[in-house]
Amino acid sequence: MPNASAFERLPCRPQAKVTVFVEGDPVEMQAHDSAAAAVLAAGLLPSRTTPAGDSPRAPYCLMGACFECLVEIDGTPNQQGCMIAVRDGMRIRRQLGARDMHGEGPHGDA
Amino acid sequence: MATPDYDLIIIGGGPAGMAAAAEAGRQGLRCALLDEQEEAGGQIYRAIGRAPLTDERILGGDYYHGRNLLHDFEHAGTDYWPGTTVWGVEDDLSLDVSREGRSQRLRTRRLLVATGAQERPVPFPGWTLPGVMTGGAAQTLLKSSAMVPPGPIVLAGSGPLMLLIAAQLTRAGVTVEALLDTTPRGNWRRAARQLAGALRNPRLLVKGLGLLWEIRRGAIPHLTGVDSIEALSRDGERITHLRYRRAGRSQERECRTLLVHQGVVPNVQLTRALELAHDWDEAQQCWRPRLDAWGETSRPGVFVAGDSGGIAGAQAAEEAGRLAALAIAEQLDHIDASARDRLASPLRKRLAPQLAIRPFLDVLYQPARRFLVPEDDTVVCRCEEVTAGELRRIADAGCRGPNQAKAFCRAGMGPCQGRLCGLTVSQVIADQCGEPVDAVGYYHIRPPIKPLSLGELASLNEPDTPTRN
Repeated sequence: MPNASAFERLPCRPQAKVTVFVEGDPVEMQAHDSAAAAVLAAGLLPSRTTPAGDSPRAPYCLMGACFECLVEIDGTPNQQGCMIAVRDGMRIRRQLGARDMHGEGPHGDA
Repeated sequence: MATPDYDLIIIGGGPAGMAAAAEAGRQGLRCALLDEQEEAGGQIYRAIGRAPLTDERILGGDYYHGRNLLHDFEHAGTDYWPGTTVWGVEDDLSLDVSREGRSQRLRTRRLLVATGAQERPVPFPGWTLPGVMTGGAAQTLLKSSAMVPPGPIVLAGSGPLMLLIAAQLTRAGVTVEALLDTTPRGNWRRAARQLAGALRNPRLLVKGLGLLWEIRRGAIPHLTGVDSIEALSRDGERITHLRYRRAGRSQERECRTLLVHQGVVPNVQLTRALELAHDWDEAQQCWRPRLDAWGETSRPGVFVAGDSGGIAGAQAAEEAGRLAALAIAEQLDHIDASARDRLASPLRKRLAPQLAIRPFLDVLYQPARRFLVPEDDTVVCRCEEVTAGELRRIADAGCRGPNQAKAFCRAGMGPCQGRLCGLTVSQVIADQCGEPVDAVGYYHIRPPIKPLSLGELASLNEPDTPTRN
């Protein structure tokens, strides 16, 4: 859940604002931010658990190499959060364990 | 074979790729640049076209140099394909690429791989815990989103980039609680022998000394001689504290963000998938594709430029990109050999000091053995949660290399396809078998070299798929 461990924004040049929903809670982001940045801005740690051992994980490399930032985006699981830009209204959810490719996860809202 | 779509396709939009595209444009080549990222710049000049931070002192002038490269690239007439993933390469240099969920095949006469570096995987106990990230990840957020991590923040590891990140966070007004420097003490003595080469690049030396001074002035405790680190969690969900050992004494510290770094290594995923010859670089402790003086690989027509061909930094990458573009222009009869050599001469002069300082940096910042060949209980393959101990057990049971390791214990079989464990798996097995790393080899990387959906795969054969955008 969003909490006090969130990343913070420094003063920046004007950017278009978008609202995304991280585990249902609205988070204001900027247009070019990644979904992984939204996860970190919301303080959603862990943002997934592994299929192999259910161990907690969160974005690690933010450059597309580690695949630790896999999340469910708009109902589709296994999305590489650091490689996908936020869109207004985007819904981001934790990915828990192994998710099947039909998007029918434990949240049941896909 | 169908008519090629391009004379040259460049993969990667960092300094090597952007500079190569600009040079290719000057030489009249029909060129496309494909980049996995949505914005040009690579990791080093990430988001340079927007550069959201108001205060340009935070990242420093070297970052904003990327604007010149971007400007030249944008005026070169290159077909630019952002957000495009290359997931397969055929024998005739056809590329299978995916963009916005659809695949298509592109044909080219020459290929330049400029896929850059990634941070060296640094296995240590607890490195999978949320709140532990690479130093580069923190820098990426700073560059592209002007975001900084929550405190208390500790940096741990070795290398110039770690010092730079400490300085950048401090300039941003963020408190770095400690810099746990794992550079082995013996490295300084050995590096001193390489000082003559380093002195050929006084600018970079001065920059490094300036960073050390800035860290001291910023009153960041810079603890050298740290020989082990361990990330710990009280709630089982995220890092809450860490333990480190220094001068034989174990100490603990509260920590919400641990940024780790042990240098960078070439991103060899694509060059491996192309089955190019690679050599083990003992000084840099990594693989690098075998290149000639123009960046051409063991496969004629395929070139590599920049850090994906061996770590030499952003300025070297620019020049290497231009050199490769000139060689390709000559091969395709856009210029003759003497014009190529004449144009290359000033590039090689600028490249020389960048290469001259490498032996010094490579020795100085060679990671401690503990991070290259971790202890038994440390997770090596993050995706499949395979420990170093398990790799040693399968090596003892007869596993002779990383490809067999996949079958023995699933190391390298997860979504990252070995990007975060490949180096370590090779080194642990080599160490356990008493073999050189060359003899043990690396994972075979097979397409698709990035995970893709069946829909993306199927769209390749749809008759209405355009071959060009």
